[in-house]
Amino acid sequence: MHDFASSLSLAVNLILSGDAELWSIVLLSLRVSLTAVAVAAVIGMPVGAALAVGRFAGRRALIVLMNALMGLPPVVVGLMVYLMLSNSGPLGVLQLLYTPTAMIIAQVVLVTPIVAALTRQVVEDIDAEYAEQLRSIGVSRLASVPTLLWDGRTSLLTAVLAGFGRATAEVGAVIIVGGNINHVTRVMTTTIALETSKGNLALALALGAILMLIAISVNAAVGLLGATSERAAHA
Amino acid sequence: MINPRKLLAFATVLTVHLAFGSATSMAQDRFIIVQSTTSTENSGLLDTILPAFTDKSGIEVRVVAVGTGQAIKNAENGDGDVLLVHAKLAEEEFVADGWGVKRFDVMYNDFVVVGPEDDPAGIAGSRDAVAALRKIAESEAPFASRGDDSGTNKAELGLWKEAGIDVRSASGGWYRETGSGMGATLNTGTGMGAYVLTDRATWISFGNKENHRVLVEGDPKLFNQYGVILVNPDKHSNVKAEEGQAFIDWLTGSEGQAAIADFTIDGKQLFFPNAQ
Repeated sequence: MHDFASSLSLAVNLILSGDAELWSIVLLSLRVSLTAVAVAAVIGMPVGAALAVGRFAGRRALIVLMNALMGLPPVVVGLMVYLMLSNSGPLGVLQLLYTPTAMIIAQVVLVTPIVAALTRQVVEDIDAEYAEQLRSIGVSRLASVPTLLWDGRTSLLTAVLAGFGRATAEVGAVIIVGGNINHVTRVMTTTIALETSKGNLALALALGAILMLIAISVNAAVGLLGATSERAAHA
Repeated sequence: MINPRKLLAFATVLTVHLAFGSATSMAQDRFIIVQSTTSTENSGLLDTILPAFTDKSGIEVRVVAVGTGQAIKNAENGDGDVLLVHAKLAEEEFVADGWGVKRFDVMYNDFVVVGPEDDPAGIAGSRDAVAALRKIAESEAPFASRGDDSGTNKAELGLWKEAGIDVRSASGGWYRETGSGMGATLNTGTGMGAYVLTDRATWISFGNKENHRVLVEGDPKLFNQYGVILVNPDKHSNVKAEEGQAFIDWLTGSEGQAAIADFTIDGKQLFFPNAQ
């Protein structure tokens, strides 16, 4: 397996050469996944928090459903979004198929349950701790949601990162709704799939190494951000 | 309670994303989507010849490369302006059913049977594809099939039928359906030492040959014709008929045909233009 050694040097060369094509692919990956995660956070966090503090019929069932949706196979999500956005589908008039927007939509569907389910867990734990205190100063359950979310922000960062990990790693959904079109919808994972199918295993692995590097950088950046805000809070 | 500076940073990042997005989608106003096959994409043919068309016409060509079966289905759904595939019977049916306007021949190459150097079925050098497949079945040597309703898969199944072999009953045994693209199937084939029927273009440009080589070639039955069809704008109003037809005219005209003939890898011509 000489592929490992050669792909490592290939990865280093690719990064150092500043290959314009590679950078545009990396940027598109980041743009799609970061946007998807941002949207998923905006939707998923309030939903998760509402599930944590709300008391209504069907709440348990919704929690089970939310947890189960964390395991949605990307290819199924891709297929569903394809059928919606296809020119024969209900949203065909929007002409979104084979665009980065379609990829963002698919990833939002994938990531939102993860953010919501993890948020629900985080907020429920904090709520158990502070519920009495908050009630005693006259804060209603629903009104306590922003406080609880803010209090759990460090743990919630982990939820967002889990979602980001899922988004950058998946290939099944984006290859169907994006079409892996060169210079338009080609991202890191679909490039890796393409190079693998061309038999360029060393290049595919090198791209994988770069993807890992990006994931590590984003996680480190967010971790640093979390640590800073934590220090600020305790100062 | 909420840090306004962080909120501002978040909003900025989001705005940049959205601005970036609209900028790129505005830059390419005139484009068509071509539903095509993995062999034209994996070999690098389209990447090489398309810039000349775009320079001349100002029309960007966005290629979605999938198996022929999926490409036809996508085109029927109206998710493409032009279909460029290699399964003549299915293409003619596509036009006959009204999904396409008219079919044109574009180019051809051929299929080959590749296999491991030690050749357990003893088919090396044969020019009779049907007899070679029969030998593979008799020796029960592993054979990796696309199994994905692609043009290559259809051609392969036709040859098995002619050989009088029921591969469905052998599926999971010596006959292994990968259910994936040509390159992925070749990766599987070289990995498990299986015979594979592949188009020559994908094979020549394939980077993971291991100890596999071409064993059977030259049978007229291994002829592989590519055709191009404009998706019927009467069925789907979103079809860019004018731009799509411009691409078809270019591809089947002298410039496109010359570009196809000029495309080589390691000095070997991969596709042979034959538009009328």
